[in-house]
Amino acid sequence: MLKIEDLRVSYGGIEAVKGISFTVEEGQIVTLIGANGAGKSTTLRTVVGLVKAAGGSITYNDEQLIGLSTDQIVKKGITLVPEGRRVFPDLTVLENLKIGAYTRNDDLTEDLEWIYSLFPRLKERHWQRAGTLSGGEQQMLAVGRALMSRPKLLMMDEPSLGLAPLIVQDIFSIIQEINRQGVTILLIEQNANMALRIAEVGHVLETGRITLSGAGKDLLSNEAVRAAYLGKSK
Amino acid sequence: MFTFTLPELLQQMANGLTVGCLYALVAIGYTMVYGILRLINFAHCDIFMMSMYFCFYSISVFSLPWPVALLLVVVATALLGVLIEKAAYRPLREAPRISLLISAIGVSYLLENLATVLFTGVPRSFPAVGSLQKIVNLGDVRVQQLAIYAPVIMLLLLAALLYLINKTKTGMAMRAASKDFETARLMGINVNKTISVTFLVGSALAAVGAVIWGQKYSQIQPYVGVMPGLKCFIAAVIGGIGNIKGAVVGSLMLGMLEILMVWRFSALSGFKDAFAFIILIIILIFKPTGLFGETFVDKV
Repeated sequence: MLKIEDLRVSYGGIEAVKGISFTVEEGQIVTLIGANGAGKSTTLRTVVGLVKAAGGSITYNDEQLIGLSTDQIVKKGITLVPEGRRVFPDLTVLENLKIGAYTRNDDLTEDLEWIYSLFPRLKERHWQRAGTLSGGEQQMLAVGRALMSRPKLLMMDEPSLGLAPLIVQDIFSIIQEINRQGVTILLIEQNANMALRIAEVGHVLETGRITLSGAGKDLLSNEAVRAAYLGKSK
Repeated sequence: MFTFTLPELLQQMANGLTVGCLYALVAIGYTMVYGILRLINFAHCDIFMMSMYFCFYSISVFSLPWPVALLLVVVATALLGVLIEKAAYRPLREAPRISLLISAIGVSYLLENLATVLFTGVPRSFPAVGSLQKIVNLGDVRVQQLAIYAPVIMLLLLAALLYLINKTKTGMAMRAASKDFETARLMGINVNKTISVTFLVGSALAAVGAVIWGQKYSQIQPYVGVMPGLKCFIAAVIGGIGNIKGAVVGSLMLGMLEILMVWRFSALSGFKDAFAFIILIIILIFKPTGLFGETFVDKV
């Protein structure tokens, strides 16, 4: 579905992503894990066209994405839940969800029902300004808003960041639920433990390169990964 | 000094209302552009000036019937606004905000000098549009027809604008882009197009303002936009820049206060323009975000 080949991205002379390649198959949950500055966010931001690639290729169903603008890419069915949630704080929950459906012109009733069934809290608070929600609720709203565009590929940038452990569990089980309903997921996380548990495939990024790839479960038990990201060195 | 008759007061208030409505049409353009780009578009007053020349040429020089001319003027001015955004502001989208401001000042000088070259500095007299300049009697109050039409036109356009912003998808895109470009893009919004629409609408409103302005103050020259532009900017700041209703209220207040001051303190009428700036200073001291100003959460 999504194929990244030899992707390179630079910021003002510094190469943040140094030639990475991986694929995401339809229906999978794929995760990229790695420390701060490894190039995870940059990779996702390049896929949606917020950052320009310096080289390589990104194809989505055999269509080249590099060179397209973000709105064109979103219209193809790819969306990104940005780091830090970035909900529109002055707009209500409902308005935020409606903006998520900006690319669509059909009836939204069914989708709103769907989002509300995934996140009942959003239904209770649909009239509230998004800025008054708690961090976890804002994350739910950010995910719900992204789903309103009916994406085929949903990318998430650190959805667990700054959330209490219980809420993190909620979010991850909802991610699995969304995946079961047919949305392919590309997830980046520092919470490697949680991410690898739900992912079919994981890739470890270190300073702009993929150093290790494998099934989520295998990576969970991999010594090097455990030492570096799970804090369980021998 | 404080003795006057009711018709006199009404007469002056009608004047104040007209001026306020004119300010509002231009002030909305300042406030909309500020809302989305966080830019004080110094070129806006010169777009207003160009619009007056467009009107002068289409009516006085090419003798077009005024409804056709009016339509042409609005379209041409709106396109000029979009063109300026494309040429002078879009390339600086990722640049620091101060570069954008300098670019706006540059465009302002460019337009003023361009107008001097193209149209010469000789003052022209603005053509009459329809019967707007005719005097009508409302009881004891004698006003130009303009005094009746200006508020009606302004309110109709304001209603249309608020509908556009609050009820349409384009408006939704404008509201989203004014908060956060990047997230707006992630929603599938074409931010550049949205900004173009903002300039289109703001400039079209300024064009309507310019035509009505010309009915009241009929002399035009290349710097004719500067003082009204500053006043309208002040009005937008008084109302809370970025807020459309604020810009309208600020404009009506400023127009009314100016006219009433000149009327009651006619000895001070020479200071009419200074008066607007004094109000600005007072507002900036006591309520820097303006009457309806948003509590600024700076973009992160």
